[in-house]
Amino acid sequence: MAAHPGGFELNRRSLIRGAGIGAVGLAGTQLLAACSGGSSGGGGAGGGGSATFGSNASDEVPKKAYAAFVSAFEKKSKDTIQTKTSDHNGFQEKISNYLQGSPDDAFTWFAGYRMRYYAKKGLVGDVSDVWSKIGSNYSDALKQASTGDDGKQYFVPNYNYPWGFFYRKSFWQSKGWEVPGTFDELVALAKKMKTAGIIPIAFADKDGWPAMGTFDYLNMRINGYQFHVDLCAHKEAWNSSKVQEVFDTWKELRTYQDPSALGLTWQEAAQKLGNKQAGMYLLGSFVTQQFTDKAVLDDIDFFPFPEVKVEGTDSVEAPIDGLMLSKKGAQNQAAKDMLAYLGTGEGQLAYWKVDSSNIMTAKDADTSGYSAFNKKLGDVIANAKHISQFFDRDALPAMASNVMIPALQNFTKSGSIDLANLETQAKSLYANQ
Amino acid sequence: MSGIQPIGLSPATTPGPEGTRPPARARGRLRALTRRDAVVLAVMVAIPTLIQLVLVWLPTVASIVLSFFRWDGLTLGGFQFVGAANYRFVFAESPAFWPAVLHNVVWLLFLAVIGTPLGLLLAVLLDQPIRGSRIYQSIFFVPVMLSVALIGIIWQLFYSQDNGLLNSLLGTAGTPRAVDWFGNSNVNLWAALVAATWRHAGYIMILYLAGLKGVDPSLREAAALDGANARQIFFRVVFPAMAPTNVIIVVITIIESLRAFDIVYVINGATNGLELVSALVIQYLVGEGQVIGIGSAFAVVLLVISLVPIVFYLSRTFSTKER
Repeated sequence: MAAHPGGFELNRRSLIRGAGIGAVGLAGTQLLAACSGGSSGGGGAGGGGSATFGSNASDEVPKKAYAAFVSAFEKKSKDTIQTKTSDHNGFQEKISNYLQGSPDDAFTWFAGYRMRYYAKKGLVGDVSDVWSKIGSNYSDALKQASTGDDGKQYFVPNYNYPWGFFYRKSFWQSKGWEVPGTFDELVALAKKMKTAGIIPIAFADKDGWPAMGTFDYLNMRINGYQFHVDLCAHKEAWNSSKVQEVFDTWKELRTYQDPSALGLTWQEAAQKLGNKQAGMYLLGSFVTQQFTDKAVLDDIDFFPFPEVKVEGTDSVEAPIDGLMLSKKGAQNQAAKDMLAYLGTGEGQLAYWKVDSSNIMTAKDADTSGYSAFNKKLGDVIANAKHISQFFDRDALPAMASNVMIPALQNFTKSGSIDLANLETQAKSLYANQ
Repeated sequence: MSGIQPIGLSPATTPGPEGTRPPARARGRLRALTRRDAVVLAVMVAIPTLIQLVLVWLPTVASIVLSFFRWDGLTLGGFQFVGAANYRFVFAESPAFWPAVLHNVVWLLFLAVIGTPLGLLLAVLLDQPIRGSRIYQSIFFVPVMLSVALIGIIWQLFYSQDNGLLNSLLGTAGTPRAVDWFGNSNVNLWAALVAATWRHAGYIMILYLAGLKGVDPSLREAAALDGANARQIFFRVVFPAMAPTNVIIVVITIIESLRAFDIVYVINGATNGLELVSALVIQYLVGEGQVIGIGSAFAVVLLVISLVPIVFYLSRTFSTKER
């Protein structure tokens, strides 16, 4: 079996690592355990293995949630997982160097272009054999999202979360505001809110990425899902009247977005929604992590981005977060078992119980704990015809972070956008990959 | 015993037992290095040269070469020569480059006009025999030693829009009139410059304190005896006497403003009015949006700009030595 040479590799590594800390006895047991794990062909019942896990879950709630998942896995498998948590944005920015250096066996990552790119470059581990065990537990859309360009799987989804408008029910009721179904209704509502002296749409773009959510939705609602995906892959040009229309529409909305967005982080903007300074907030459902007061949390409701030009709202932005293996980790049975465990309802529930702002992706996940709010979010994803991953996950990272962030910040500030220049830069950058 | 004498060695380098050499040649041999000295010297020259080669020249040459290629930065191979395309991106296509150059110039002027003189002022004040001078020196030097992350937090406390110290003092915290120190691109460069000066002044102060200690006290005494007042003593005697320090300070101020990066990076990732050339290099070379060729082109442009003060410094140093 192909696992055998891999198994040997693991033995040698663990032996060296064990000897390094001077625990020769421990190394011996690791050797034995790894042998049994290897010879059983990855049954997962080996136990006593160990793996490292690089986590980008630096925010408090997800950090605790991954800790809960890891300890549930350790309990079940008797493997030892060493978790190393890095700053969320920092982890993302260092990923190329991280994967080329000495990465952990398993690490947190995202579906989309970002996953496929590193898979194509051969920097991450193939988890197709894990998928042969857990595949039936995921929808086709999720399997598709976990598959690289070569048809192999490289990613195991944990959860996803829809983007949309969040608002406080009681606040809206007291003011007599109603959920808008179309863009015109949204603008009319925002106008009312502005006259009432509050910020209609909370908005934060100091970190640059949140504005991409507005762009993605407007583009999908005006030009359709396929155009959006093709634009992200630069199969469509930026200097087209179609993209111009997106920004023209955004201009209308811009006057109702928080004008101080460029100095705010999404957490600060969430506070404005929480304390009723702002009427609604277009963000991912992770926004609810910010509401530690149960009364506020229970008061939060959600509505999808309204219809603009394309009929309906069945394209949903719902980025998928999950785990991947490094090349080295693909040789480590304990790391593979951990990913397989994430593909079970049990594993996902261990995570979800702590961080319930997201939607579990496994079919057999026990959703009896879902609140009406969670169910609503889950239904939006379940009923979606198309799921996008967010601009910085669907597009070339250099395009997203080096070009779009400054361009959208400038648009936020001045209301003008140089599409011809975006196209020129896109041409140069996509040619470089 | 006779086997000890190595056959291959020439007589000149072998301190042979013959003792038949003329005295003049013997003296010549005494002046030459012994083999041990030669080895020590060779090692002492070779190691720094090697370090210099591997850590400075190799990356520099690699950057220059890579700036003419396309490369994904991941696999060896797949290099594609693109001529000046990466430079065209830098100069013509990237909207951030020229603002970044402008910001670097503003940065340099600000440090030269405010930061460095402030450091000099602190040094002169703390060089006086005042009580607790060491404590003040330490306090002003602390910012130089703090980590970037900590500096980010400290200035966030000052500048935050809703609950920062500055807006609280102005009475605008939490109101729509609050100054958005980090988000407003008209003010955030100045906010960052104040933070940079806070660090830079401490650094300059330490250098000038050392420089002031090096000025011969008899010069001051002589000037005082000649009836010069304190200002005249400083500007006519002490300051010119610190010429070597002044050259270093000029170079450091220029270099600091060219490699200024950390403060703007912790504020907002060096976008929205805080673009700097060094930050663009980082953005395109080490971040997730890595594009090796373009990043290298940015790096080469920064290198060429940096060569100006370096050449100035080196030519000053060597010409003084020749004199």
